Amino acid sequence: MEPENDKPGANKAETEAKPVEGRVASEGGEARVVAGGGPRMAPRRMNERRFAEVSRRELLKVVPVLALGAFAIPSFQESLLKKGLGFSDWASERLFRSGHLAPTFADGEVTPFEKFPINGYDVDDPGVDFANWSLTVSGAVKKPGDYRLSQIQALPKFRQNTRHVCVEGWDVIGRFGGARLSDFLTMIGADTSARFLTLGCADDYYESLDIGTALHPQTLLCYEMYDRPLTREHGAPLRLNIPTKIGYKQAKYLTDLKVTNVLEKVGYWEDQGYSSFYGL
Amino acid sequence: MSGTVIEIVRTKGDEPETVGRAVYEHPLVVRWCHWLNAISLFVMVGSGLQIFRAFPSFGAKIPQKDLLSWPKSFAIGGWLGGALQWHLTFMWIYIATGVIYLGYQIFSGNYRQVLFTDRDIPGVWPMVKHYFFFGPKPEQPEAYNPLQKLAYTSGIGLGGLSVLTGLAIWKPVQFSWLAWLMVGFHWARLWHFVVMWAILGFVLGHLVMVVLHGWNNFVSMLTGWKKDPEY
Repeated sequence: MEPENDKPGANKAETEAKPVEGRVASEGGEARVVAGGGPRMAPRRMNERRFAEVSRRELLKVVPVLALGAFAIPSFQESLLKKGLGFSDWASERLFRSGHLAPTFADGEVTPFEKFPINGYDVDDPGVDFANWSLTVSGAVKKPGDYRLSQIQALPKFRQNTRHVCVEGWDVIGRFGGARLSDFLTMIGADTSARFLTLGCADDYYESLDIGTALHPQTLLCYEMYDRPLTREHGAPLRLNIPTKIGYKQAKYLTDLKVTNVLEKVGYWEDQGYSSFYGL
Repeated sequence: MSGTVIEIVRTKGDEPETVGRAVYEHPLVVRWCHWLNAISLFVMVGSGLQIFRAFPSFGAKIPQKDLLSWPKSFAIGGWLGGALQWHLTFMWIYIATGVIYLGYQIFSGNYRQVLFTDRDIPGVWPMVKHYFFFGPKPEQPEAYNPLQKLAYTSGIGLGGLSVLTGLAIWKPVQFSWLAWLMVGFHWARLWHFVVMWAILGFVLGHLVMVVLHGWNNFVSMLTGWKKDPEY
């Protein structure tokens, strides 16, 4: 700090005493631009105290960058990161195109079944009683109630070789078969102007889907993998297969489906802090 | 405006005495972008390495062969979900600084100061000899020498690649053409990782040069003005 620079009279007296210097001791920005960026032409002159002042002012203009330090303050951090994640989800939803299909692959590119990883949040087998299993439908639908697997299997069946991407970073190409969720929603008379689907599972896992993704032609109520009935570890008897979503949105061991406009809970992992939309 | 040169004078008695020179090298937009980008890059690398820890491999999950076990203390976010929050928040700042910087450089014409072009090619080798093999110091008529221009131009290119490879991982369906360009999602993740190390290499070189070039050079990225430049 040089206190004399803060005295308003100091520079003024000088510039008044020397008109030539007074002209050149103006803002740095007004000084002459030298051709070619080099110092070949005669440069303008600036009093050293004036230069110190200009430098200090320019330095202060950069200080607002430190506002990012708010992220380091524990009480702000969580809400700031939540906002950032929310913005990413908002952008993800804008990027989602209902008519754009996920890439599909030839049978030869499919990862062998035994190399398809099994990720569960709790147990690999929640012990579903297949004989008495049903999907309980509720919410904004014309025909709520319990639906048996045979009713879902009676819908047109689709098979697809698509990439399954895990939030952890690995990916495999799997072969999935099942009914289009959109066909099922038609069957139950779902109000497709509702915003969300919520899903409950036999292992207490829960998930939700935006209606756009639910109606996507590649979103399947999946009951087959690799042309065989789902195994228990992969979510038998019914799971979601959504090639446009990250793995944790593709819930296994489905038991409940609700069409709704209000999300009380987003999903098990989402409520731990993961992205809500996570479209691929 | 960048390129402005002044002579710093001290007035004692009647005659102003020249005590130094200064060049306005870095406009405010560039300085803002530089520091915001530096902070966001730090967060992107730290959180990215935490994300990598969730699956430290580029092969199959079964059987998994870990590439390296990165220590948790050199990562940001604490766990995968936390790291993703940091990554998906700061990527916007990272992208914004890049886009604003590029837009400004092109619009203002300031890019001429730093863009590597074919006429810089002959000057690269003499600079390499000077820096690494004790060669004589080539004359420097401009703010950036040819090797610097090459480094900064590649650094900015790597920044663009980091965004594109990241986008291919984050949205392999919506931007399936990007993932396809990178030989598929699986490879895009590796390229993203490789680009990160390349950027860290650039940053290391950059920091070494900042230390070697001294205080006035460092201050110029804060105030815009470089006092007593070498050229």
